[in-house]
Amino acid sequence: MSLRGVGASQGVGHGPVFVLTAEVPEPPEGATYTGDADQEKARARAALDEVAGVLEGRGRQAGGAAEDVLNAQAMMARDPGLLVGVEALIDHGTAAERAVYEAFGRYRSMLVGTGGYMGERAADLDDVRDRTVALLTGHPMHGVPLDAPEPFVLVARDLAPADTALLSKEVVTAFVTERGGPTSHTAILARAMGVPAVVACAGATSLAPGTLVLVDGSTGEVRVGPTDAEVAGATGAEAARQEKLAAVRGPGRTADGHSVPLLANVGGPGDLDAALAHGAEGVGLFRTEFLFLGRKAAPTQDEQVAAYRPVLEAFPGATVVVRTLDAGADKPLAFLPAREREPNPALGERGLRMSRRFPEVLADQLAALERAVAGTAARLHVMAPMVATAEEAAWFTEACRTAGLAAAGVMIEIPAAAIRARDLAEHVDFFSIGTNDLAQYLFAADREMAELSALHDAWQPALLDLVAAAAGAGRPCGVCGEAAADPALACVLVGLGATALSMSASALPAVRAALAGHTTEQCRLAAAAARSAKDAATARQAARAHLPGLADLAL
Amino acid sequence: MAERKVTIVAEVGLHARPAATFVQAATKAPIDVTVAKPGGTPVNAKSILQVMALDVRKGEMIVIAAEGENTEELLDQLAAIASAP
Repeated sequence: MSLRGVGASQGVGHGPVFVLTAEVPEPPEGATYTGDADQEKARARAALDEVAGVLEGRGRQAGGAAEDVLNAQAMMARDPGLLVGVEALIDHGTAAERAVYEAFGRYRSMLVGTGGYMGERAADLDDVRDRTVALLTGHPMHGVPLDAPEPFVLVARDLAPADTALLSKEVVTAFVTERGGPTSHTAILARAMGVPAVVACAGATSLAPGTLVLVDGSTGEVRVGPTDAEVAGATGAEAARQEKLAAVRGPGRTADGHSVPLLANVGGPGDLDAALAHGAEGVGLFRTEFLFLGRKAAPTQDEQVAAYRPVLEAFPGATVVVRTLDAGADKPLAFLPAREREPNPALGERGLRMSRRFPEVLADQLAALERAVAGTAARLHVMAPMVATAEEAAWFTEACRTAGLAAAGVMIEIPAAAIRARDLAEHVDFFSIGTNDLAQYLFAADREMAELSALHDAWQPALLDLVAAAAGAGRPCGVCGEAAADPALACVLVGLGATALSMSASALPAVRAALAGHTTEQCRLAAAAARSAKDAATARQAARAHLPGLADLAL
Repeated sequence: MAERKVTIVAEVGLHARPAATFVQAATKAPIDVTVAKPGGTPVNAKSILQVMALDVRKGEMIVIAAEGENTEELLDQLAAIASAP
C-alpha cells in the first residue's frame, strides 16, 4: 500500500513513523472567567509573553533560516493589534484562553483568504495560538523527541517551525505532512537539512505509530510496509545519486579538462560561509547595495573598506568581482536623488548612469575598494552595472585606473552592449552577463510582472544569441544571472563561450557535477542545438539531447 | 502627516522576512506609523498580523504614513526596508 503526496525535498528516507499529535482542544465558546478583568488581561499578556520568549529562545538555539521564522512567530505573540482584540474580548467577559483563540481566529481567516504562500503561514499562527492556549489551560504540548534509539519518519498534519527547528538529520530520516505546499516551512526546512519530505499527503496521520514507511521526496510516494528489497533498491539508487554529485569536487571543469571557474553571488558578508562550504572558487558578483540602502548619507570610505575586506580576505588567490553601486529610481537612495519622478524606473537613470551624475560617490567606492584589497591576496575585479555604450565603458575604466584598480569590466545587461560587445571590449578587461536584466530589456518585459515570466525564460533563443555575441567578443566573459544556476543551461553557457559561472552557493554542486559530466564539444553541440530552436521549451529539449550525463545525475 | 509611496520588489512581497524587518523597525519608533495600499484602509505598521493580512505582493505599491517628530528619518528608513529586493 502507498500514500501519495507532493515531493517537497529530494531524497529517500525510511523508518518507523512518529505521529505528532499536538492538537490543543479549542476552548469552549462562551467561556467566562471569575474575578477581575485586569487580572484576566494580565494572565493573557503573561502567556503571550512567555510563548514569545520560548520561540525566541528556540530561534537563537537553531540559528539560520529557522531563527527568522521563529522570531516572526514571536512578533505575532507580541502583536499590539492582537492584544487590543484579546483585551476587548476579556472586557466583554470572555475567558483569556477563549479570547486568545478568537482574536487569532480573525487574522487566521484573513490569511487563509489570501491563499498560497500566505495561507501556509496560517500554520505559524495556529502554532502560536495553540501554545498560548495550552499555557493558559494547563494542557500539555506534545513535542517531537530530539533523541531516539532509531531514526524515525516524522508525520504530522502540519509542522510548526518550533517543532522542527532543533531536529537533526540523525533523528529524522524524512518528513511527511498532510497539509502544506512546496513553500511551507516543512519543505524549506527539509531542503535546508537535506532530509526528504513529502507534503500534502492525505491520510498520513492515520498511520499507526511505529509503522515502517519508505518516503521518496522526489516522486511524493510514501510506501507503507515496504519489503527489504524495496528499501534497499530505493536507498541504493539515492546513495548512488548523492555519491555522484559529491564525488565531483575541486575547481569547475568540463570532462575534457577545460577550466570554468565556479563562483558565488554574494550580497554581503553573511553569504560567505555558504560560498566557502559549497566550494566557490571566488566571487563572481559581489553586490554592494547592502552597504548603501536605507541611509541618509553615503557610507564613509573607512566604513566601506571594513565591509569589503572580509569578502576579499575569504578568497586568497581567487577572483572577487565587485559590482559598483547599482541604484536608481527602482532602488532610491537619499544621497542619490532622482531628478524627477521617473515613469519607467527600470529604463531610467540607474547604475552607471547615476554614477556619472554623482562621480564623487563612485570615486569614493573605488578608492575604498583599492584600500580594501591592499594587503589581501584576492584578485579584485570591479565592474559597472547598466552600461550601454563603448563610451560609457571607457569612462568607467578610466575611473578605475585613476583609482589604481587593475581589472575593470562591465555588466552586459543591455542588448546594445551585447550586440556591440566588440566595441566595448576595446575598453574593458572583462564582461559579466546579467541574464535577468538582459532578458527584461531584450524582450521589453518588466521583470516584476509575473504575467510576463515566459519572456524571462533564460532558454529563449534570442537571449542565447546575445550571450554568444558577448562571449565571442574577445574578452573573458562570465555569467552571473539565474541562468548559471541551471545545470543544463550552465553547460550551454559554457558552449556559448562563457569563461566563468557565478550563482547562489547552493547551486554550485549540481552545476559542478553537470559540467564534469560533459565535454566542451558536447556543451558546444548543446548550445548550437538550443540556438537553432525557435522557442525556449524546444531549446531546452534540444540542448538536453546533447547532455546525456544530466539524466545519470538525476538533474 | 508625512508619507512615502514605495513599490515592493522583493519576491515574497511584504511578507516573511521583509515584513518582520519592517514591523521591527516601526515598533522601535515612539510615534504611530501606518501602512496602506493606495486608497485602502491604513493598518498599524507595528502589527505583524495586520501587515501580513494586508497581503502586499511583489510589484504592488504601499503608502507609509506617520505624524509627529522626526517622521522624515523614520519614513526614509521604513521606505528603504520595504523597497529592498
